Amino acid sequence: METLNAFAPELIRMIIAVIGAAVLVFGNALVMGYMERKLAGHFQRRTGPMEVGFHGILQLIVDGIKLMAKQLVIPAKADKPLYMLAPIISFAPVFLPLLVIPFSDRIQGFDLDVALLFMLAIASVNVFAVLIGGWASNNKYSMFGAFRAVAQSIAYEIPMLLSLLAIVFMTNTFSLRGIMDAQNVWFIFLQPVAFLIYLVSMVAETNRAPFDLPEAESELTAGFHTEYSGMAFSLFMMAEYTNMFIASCIATVFFLGGTSGIPLPYFEYTGIIWFLLKAYMFMFFLVWIRWTFPRTRFDQLMNLCWKYLLPFSLVNLLITVVVVKL
Amino acid sequence: MKAYFSELFTGAWSLIVGMKVTLKALFSPVVTVQYPRQKIDVTPNYRGHIDLIKDPETGTHRCITCGSCMRDCPSDCIVVEGEKREGVKGKVLTLFTLDYTKCSHCGACVEVCPTDALDYCDDYEVAGSAREDFHYDLIKRVEERE
Amino acid sequence: MNVDVFEDERQHHFVLNMGPQHPSTHGVLRVLLKMDGEYVLDPQPVLGYVHRCHERIGEFKPAKAFMPNVARMDYLGALIYNQGYAMLLERAAGIEVPRRAEYIRVITSELNRIQSHLLWYGAYLLDLGAFTPIMYTFDDREHILDALEDVCGSRLTYCYSRVGGVCKDIDDKFIERVRAFIERLRGRFPMYEELVNGNVIVQRRMQNVGEYTPELCARFGVTGPLLRSAGVEYDIRKAEPYSVYPEFDFEIPLAQKGDAWAAFNVRFREMEQSLRIIEQALDKLPDGEVMAPKVPRKLKLPQGDYNCSVEAPRGELSYYLVSDGSDIPYRIKVRTPSYSNLSVVPEVCKGMMIADVVTCMGALDLVIPEIDR
Repeated sequence: METLNAFAPELIRMIIAVIGAAVLVFGNALVMGYMERKLAGHFQRRTGPMEVGFHGILQLIVDGIKLMAKQLVIPAKADKPLYMLAPIISFAPVFLPLLVIPFSDRIQGFDLDVALLFMLAIASVNVFAVLIGGWASNNKYSMFGAFRAVAQSIAYEIPMLLSLLAIVFMTNTFSLRGIMDAQNVWFIFLQPVAFLIYLVSMVAETNRAPFDLPEAESELTAGFHTEYSGMAFSLFMMAEYTNMFIASCIATVFFLGGTSGIPLPYFEYTGIIWFLLKAYMFMFFLVWIRWTFPRTRFDQLMNLCWKYLLPFSLVNLLITVVVVKL
Repeated sequence: MKAYFSELFTGAWSLIVGMKVTLKALFSPVVTVQYPRQKIDVTPNYRGHIDLIKDPETGTHRCITCGSCMRDCPSDCIVVEGEKREGVKGKVLTLFTLDYTKCSHCGACVEVCPTDALDYCDDYEVAGSAREDFHYDLIKRVEERE
Repeated sequence: MNVDVFEDERQHHFVLNMGPQHPSTHGVLRVLLKMDGEYVLDPQPVLGYVHRCHERIGEFKPAKAFMPNVARMDYLGALIYNQGYAMLLERAAGIEVPRRAEYIRVITSELNRIQSHLLWYGAYLLDLGAFTPIMYTFDDREHILDALEDVCGSRLTYCYSRVGGVCKDIDDKFIERVRAFIERLRGRFPMYEELVNGNVIVQRRMQNVGEYTPELCARFGVTGPLLRSAGVEYDIRKAEPYSVYPEFDFEIPLAQKGDAWAAFNVRFREMEQSLRIIEQALDKLPDGEVMAPKVPRKLKLPQGDYNCSVEAPRGELSYYLVSDGSDIPYRIKVRTPSYSNLSVVPEVCKGMMIADVVTCMGALDLVIPEIDR
């Protein structure tokens, strides 16, 4: 009883944080889905969704209902347990990194000391989901998508980590709160090369165009999620949008100072407005480049990583270490 | 070595230039016409299915049942029948049907008609649920038109 | 088609079916790819999914009545197919076409060529994964289609040329619209250059994909922009001039390298040359009739065989008609360019990655209905 009293505030805090993360995941999927389709329309000089609600605002809700009501078609020779497991593996870990992101001074689930390592570790779990999904579908196209996705994800984690490591060297802490607080000058000005490297790796890690080979629509007819329909497909999509959001949040915290900006009243709670503004700016950037560029070829993708990003990030790290130690 | 950096910079610059183009398109007006709510006028020369023209003077069609359109049609979709009635010079048209499911919009029937009795109509919102919806009885259509 | 079991002992090779339903094979084309991991060992196209027996239909219809069918063979170059067939019958029957009709045919054919190239451009980039340029090119195409709808009555499968001329005259509204369109498209080319042609991703995807040598093209009978991208200067409008093309001043874009990037550039520059032809034709448009005075209703072709070649957007289009003296031909043979262009795929695409197969086939600019007829 005493121990329960002692633990209760933390427990309540964690429960609220998890509920908040769930709200964020679904809310983000709604907003991002709508934003992506409307922006895609306007980039192509057409309107995007217009029918459901005023200028299509309710479109995503109706889409969600449709996806839930759809029949889950399972291919006959698919490996059934693995087939059903893949979307769950993709979607479930996506709540965890949201618990450690400092949305504002008081709004944070849990201030972990090794938050960055935690988040990158969770991001790697997505590779499993893609691989299992592609394999279990019993479809050669999906298998292709899975192979490419594995190689791509593993390769691009390295420049991502190295560029963020340069920032960690400057601030001596892995905790996101610490990095955010240590920015008197935003790190985008102190580490522009790391910023650019991180930007490219972010696009590749979240499997967005021009690096969306795992879901290359026109070559492989939707790659690893070809055989998924209904809710399973929407789990993959929500996981992808949330991964985009998490990567944008990391970029905001590391390079744009998180919640720093013109102080608003009740800044401890309203700092989240600046944070979300900056994070959604990165999401806009991701949508923008998706609808502008074609897809790179697989070997060109790997070339970009090994021949361009990796040397630059290593050299950047070296220079940072030398300058910090001086 | 120099090629490495120059390729990198020209490549990155081309990407930024491309992004500028789409950004400009983002702020340009949309070119969509939201069809059921807004409609564009169809040009009068659009080739829809053929119709008998209602002659303003006689109030009826001008067909003389010569059958040229039936013979010239490449897709065999026109059926013209007439009968000889007493007291009337030439044949009287009794049946003129068009099977629109076979029409290829070539225009041979309109061009070959000696009395210019046929013309295209500009009806493009034709949708039906059975084949019979597209078997047009042109005599009935010309009588019902005002 | 029987595919024998293709496996080696370690079972690394497998057969991937780029099936009749695929976003990138433009039409219903099936390509059987024997693959080793990501590399294609042996691509085999399987044809016949859109076979509609057009040539057989030509054997029991009067020759004049075959005109709507030729437009259905290649729906993107329908006016050029119309022109070619009309020229064939005019050559066979010895009918002369008035000059105004020839000019109108040239103007509408070149507009059709531009429209076909614009669609190819957008669809090719859609294969590569860029979703926006196709929307921009379709926007440009709408202007052409609206102008042609006013004259020909249809938007895609035209039946405009007749034996002895064209069926309807053009008016000032059409001329104004076409001039406005020429201005507009010239203003859009820099935008396409910036967005697509200069883009490093597009260039890297297309360069060094496929090699078309003049010798390879001669072996398979490749014509059109592909042949010109290999360095051979052969365009029927200049090599065997027909209609009033000798009166216009235009260039034939050439490239030397013979890969997908060269073909891409050649087709892009062809659009500009077509604009030049249209401008000159509009300036020099003569007055007069648009239909020859005495065209018999029942067109009896003298016994013998007749041939006519025109330059379609995809290459050389040839009609061959064997007549036995009546008005129904004994045999019509249509040599479509995409058939020969497709036949290079088994040789050129050996050893490529699957993404490159898509790029290579997109550069060929195939329209499957004209392959299968």
